[in-house]
Amino acid sequence: MISRPLVVQRVVWLVLAVLTLFTLAILIFILAFISARGARVITPEFLFSLPERMGKEGGILPTLIATIYIAVVAIVVATPFGVGTAVYLTEYTRESALTRIIRFGADALAGVPSIIFGLFGFILFVIRLKMGWSILAGGLTLAVMILPTIIRTSEEAIRAIPYQLREVSYSLGGTRSQTIMRVVLPNALPGILTGVILGLGRSVAETAAVIFTAGSSLRIPRTILDPGRTMAVHFYILAREGLSMERAYGTAFLLIVVILLINTVAYLLMFRLTRRLK
Amino acid sequence: MSPEGSVNSPAKLATKNLSVFYGSFQAVIDVGIEFPACAITAIIGPSGCGKSTLLRSLNRMNELIEGAKIRGEILLDGKNIYQLNVLELRKRVGMVFQRPNAFPLSVFDNIAYGPRVHGINRRQKLTEIVERSLKAVRLWDELKDRLDQNALGLTDEQRQRLCIARMLAVEPEVLLLDEPCSALDPIATLHIEDLLRQLKEKYTIVIVTHNMQQAARVSDFTGFMLLGKLIEFGTTSQIFTRPQHPETENYISGRFG
Repeated sequence: MISRPLVVQRVVWLVLAVLTLFTLAILIFILAFISARGARVITPEFLFSLPERMGKEGGILPTLIATIYIAVVAIVVATPFGVGTAVYLTEYTRESALTRIIRFGADALAGVPSIIFGLFGFILFVIRLKMGWSILAGGLTLAVMILPTIIRTSEEAIRAIPYQLREVSYSLGGTRSQTIMRVVLPNALPGILTGVILGLGRSVAETAAVIFTAGSSLRIPRTILDPGRTMAVHFYILAREGLSMERAYGTAFLLIVVILLINTVAYLLMFRLTRRLK
Repeated sequence: MSPEGSVNSPAKLATKNLSVFYGSFQAVIDVGIEFPACAITAIIGPSGCGKSTLLRSLNRMNELIEGAKIRGEILLDGKNIYQLNVLELRKRVGMVFQRPNAFPLSVFDNIAYGPRVHGINRRQKLTEIVERSLKAVRLWDELKDRLDQNALGLTDEQRQRLCIARMLAVEPEVLLLDEPCSALDPIATLHIEDLLRQLKEKYTIVIVTHNMQQAARVSDFTGFMLLGKLIEFGTTSQIFTRPQHPETENYISGRFG
C-alpha cells in the first residue's frame, strides 16, 4: 500500500502539471491560430507595398514605417528619463519617504490602463501642445507609458551590481559620477537594455494609446509631425471594420513574430546579466 | 600610543583621540595610534572590535556608510586628513579589501582604472603603469600575454594580487589591507605575505587581520583592539612574547576570540 503523503504528493504534481500544460496550450493555440491564417499572407509584396481601398487590398508598408517611427521616438525619449530616474533613486538618494513616493508613483503609472494614457496624450500633446495627431504625440504618449518599466528594470539592474565594486572605485579616488559611469552603468547595461527592449515591445504592441494620439492615417509619415497608423492599429481597424480578415491576420502574425523576437532578445540579455554577476 | 623603538622614525599616519560612531553606536573609542613609515603594522582583535572601522576611517571610506561620523584627528604626514581633498587622500592612502574583487574587465583595464579616473588616458603611459604595477606584485610574467583576458577568470590569489596592483597603480603612500587573505588558501596567503614584506620597503602598510599567526609572521608592529578600544600597541615581538595587558595575553593565547 502507498502511504498517504506520497499519494498527496502525486496528486499535487498532477494538478500543477495540468495547470501548466493548460497555460502553455492556450499560448500555443493562439500562435497556431494566428500563424495558420496569417503566415501565408506574408509576402514581400504584402510587406513593401502601399495599401489600397483602406487596406482591403495591397500591403502594409506605411504601418510598418509608422510602427518603427513611433517606437523609436518612444524609446529615445523614455530611456534617458527612465535610466536617469533609476540612477538618481539608487545612487543619489538614501531610502526615504521621497524615494518611496517616486517608486510608488512609477508602480502606479505601470498599472494605469493604456487607454487612459491615450486620453492623456490626446489632451496634452495633440490638443494642448498643438502637435495634432502625429508620430511625435504618439511617441511621447508611449514614452510616458513605458517609463515605469524602464525605471524599475534599470533600478533592479543597478541594485544588482555588488556594493564592493563601487567601494573599489571610491577607494581608488573615483568620484561618484565616475563610479556610476565606469562601474555601475556598464555592468548594469544588459539589465537596463532588457527594460528598454520590454518597453519597445509594449510600444510596438500598443493600440489604444496610439489611435488617440497618432491617428490612423494610411499615408507614409514623412516627418514626426505627420500622423501615422501602426501595425497594431491597422489590425484593429481591419478586423473591426471587417475590411479584410486575411490582411488583418497577416498583420497580426507579423506583429506577433516581432514581439516574440523582441522578448527573446530581452530574455537573452537578462540571462547574460544574471550569469555574469553570478 | 607610540611603540618603543619607533621613536626615531616619525609616524607616516597617526590618529589622536579618534572615535567613530555609526548613529548612536560608538565603534571606535578614543584611539591614538601611530603607523611608522616603511613598516607593517597589524591590527588584531576579535570580530566586532572596531579594527575594520578604524582602518576605513583612515581613508574616509567609512563615510560611505549612512550615519557614520568621527571625532578626533587623523594625521597623514602630520596634516589633518580632513584638510585634504578626499579624492587626493584616497589616492595617497590605498585600500585592498577582503574579497579579491576585481572588476569584470580585462586585466589591463582593472589596473588602468585608477590612473584613468585621475585623468591619465595616454595608452603608452597606461601601458607603462600596468607593466610596473604587475611587476610589483610579481604577476607580470604570468599575465603579460593575457592582459586582454577578463580578470574574473584568474585564480583567487592572482585576483588578490591584481587588486594590490590596481591599488599600486595610483601610486599611493600608505596601503590599508582589510583581511586581504581571508578568502585565500594557506599557500596563497604565504605568497601574499611575502609580497607585503617586499612592499614595505616603499610603503607604509596597515593590515587588519583576525589571524594572529599572520600578524606574528608579517608585521613589525601590532595593535590589539577590543570592544572599540586600542588595548595595547607595541612591536610585534613584544606583543606576542611580553604582552602588558591580561586581555592581550588572553587573546594571544587563544582564551577568547
